[in-house]
Amino acid sequence: MSDTREVLMKVEDLKTYFPVRKGVFKRTVGHVKALDGVDLEIYRGETLGIVGESGCGKTTLGKSVLRLHNPNGGKVFYAFPDGMRNILELKGGELDEARKRLQIVFQDPYSSLNPSFTIFGSFDDPLRKFGVKSKKERQRIVEKLLSDVNLPGDYMMRYPNEFSGGQRQRIGIARALSVNPELIVCDEAVSALDVSIQAQVLKLLRQLQSERNLTYLFITHDLSVVEYVADRIAVMYLGKVVELADTEELFMRTLHPYTQALLSAIPIADISKKRKRIPLQGDVPSPVNPPSGCTFHPRCAFATEKCRELSPQLETFTFEGREHHVRCHYAMDFASRPQGSHQSIQ
Amino acid sequence: MKQDTIVEVKDLCVNFYTNQRCNRALRNVSFSIRKARTLCIVGESGCGKSVTANSIMQLLPDLGRIESGTITYHGEDETVHIEKLPRNGRKMRSLRGEHIAMIFQDPMTALNPVFSVGYQIEEMIREHLELSRARSSEHAVKLLRDMGVPLPEQRVKEFPHQYSGGMRQRAMIAMAMACAPKVLIADEPTTALDVTIQAQIFELMLALKEEKQMAILLITHDMGVVAEMADDVAVMYMGNIVESGTAEQVMSSPSHPYTRALLDSIPVLGRGKAQNLEPIRGTTPDPYNRPEGCQFEPRCDYATEICRHQMPPEEFVDTSAGDDTPHMVRCFNCKELTHV
Repeated sequence: MSDTREVLMKVEDLKTYFPVRKGVFKRTVGHVKALDGVDLEIYRGETLGIVGESGCGKTTLGKSVLRLHNPNGGKVFYAFPDGMRNILELKGGELDEARKRLQIVFQDPYSSLNPSFTIFGSFDDPLRKFGVKSKKERQRIVEKLLSDVNLPGDYMMRYPNEFSGGQRQRIGIARALSVNPELIVCDEAVSALDVSIQAQVLKLLRQLQSERNLTYLFITHDLSVVEYVADRIAVMYLGKVVELADTEELFMRTLHPYTQALLSAIPIADISKKRKRIPLQGDVPSPVNPPSGCTFHPRCAFATEKCRELSPQLETFTFEGREHHVRCHYAMDFASRPQGSHQSIQ
Repeated sequence: MKQDTIVEVKDLCVNFYTNQRCNRALRNVSFSIRKARTLCIVGESGCGKSVTANSIMQLLPDLGRIESGTITYHGEDETVHIEKLPRNGRKMRSLRGEHIAMIFQDPMTALNPVFSVGYQIEEMIREHLELSRARSSEHAVKLLRDMGVPLPEQRVKEFPHQYSGGMRQRAMIAMAMACAPKVLIADEPTTALDVTIQAQIFELMLALKEEKQMAILLITHDMGVVAEMADDVAVMYMGNIVESGTAEQVMSSPSHPYTRALLDSIPVLGRGKAQNLEPIRGTTPDPYNRPEGCQFEPRCDYATEICRHQMPPEEFVDTSAGDDTPHMVRCFNCKELTHV
């Protein structure tokens, strides 16, 4: 199935560490391993959902592939018209070219727009930078963009404080679209919005995707949202991808114990559905000093001696022609159990 | 009034006065919190959920005032009219914490960063129960242990910044539970937490409800939390309770157009990509420039002429079921809607 799709971005063993500094001389005493070897492929035109708890590195991943952070290791290949090239090695004009194809929509619509610029002012710089010389032309483009996100064109002369959260987020999306990108990183793009507004933005994102053949890297902590928007989902835990599969496949055949617990912890807005919870003990360990072996073992109900010592690799299984990547020693045991039964194991 | 009602709120109106303008934040809100049951108040931001909780505790800011209506606390041997008490009077201070306790959304800002967690719990115990210093510190350790904080003897000496988000919320609940209150008011207690930690906190709250027969008022914006936790539900919109009843009634047969729209606009886990999200059109109105009649009228698909001019009264649908929480709806057209 995957070989028929075109790979737009390929992330290999991506590592981003943040130094922890202490003392008078700000000596580096350790590193927060925000991304500790992430491998991913993003196909053209799909939505890849990244889910995980806070501190698992989802936002760092989004920013690292855009080079808003400088990763410490690994490669990010992107399909430019002249072939795959590593974004992390690009410089100057080449990087600008890449940035034109890669855009981001931020979480907080209040802090991601400059309050002292009009909306047109916020759009102006990227448009000028990417070669639209005449002001008339730029105004026409901004008007078109605003109408694409269902806002009146004359709003461009207003300031951000005149807009509600949902409107600002739509402006944020319009700004990301202004340079005609191919891939948009949506970093918790709907998390700060009220539910009724969230639905508007989700529908808009879907509609834009089908109109412009966009690819989304959709980062969120909300699994209900990701199930609605994503074609494939990657679950992250402590800087690593622990499970990656097609959305349906992931929900039907959840293989990693962490994903199982995460799914069972989500409150479902449907009173007829009562499930058994898989309680997770304790908190996410510190990424400065992650546990040995499988990083999930201190909270895992199925952990054995092997898990404590040996770090599992991301393995690929194929079920009914669909790929399913899991980072667990016992994934095959979960897979061989009858459908759905592992949801009720304590 | 039912036998097991502990807090009864009737026709509560709260106004905020700012810059010569008046925001009628709560308008004729009525509900009752009952023993060993969880009442969830659900609504979008700015609908008055937190104002409701803060009015019960008399924690409104100076600009806010209870204009009319009653808040009655039915204690074991006394009935107190909370709205008549002076805000920081002796009686109100003894009610807070001892009879009605509250936990807040963000445990980091609710806890004092310069005192140890143990000190803050003990302060509560010494204020309300006449215990010696040694006994109260024992009690604090026991409370933390009951709330599932590991190594409580050591953790009481630590400061809030040394706790993780989930542990801080547990410490807050320990503090709230210190005097075994009859009512626990939880204002979005898990909004700042991850889902796995949220599940832990809810487990704890459910256990406390069962064990101590405590009444819980849970404020949330998440319909999933309502389905999971609530016995009774009140849906708020722009300062009104537009629909209330048991969780079963409200979630399975929503009768107010707003409740329906709200339920149709959220993605539900397990329904996949096929589900059709219906966003609610428009935005919530400006609280200083409210619609004249029904607050939801400008966004409502079923609005008629009368909705534009009059606030619908409380109407009871489906009283035949004989359930002791009646299913209340504030909508002129709810009768017609039930058949749609």
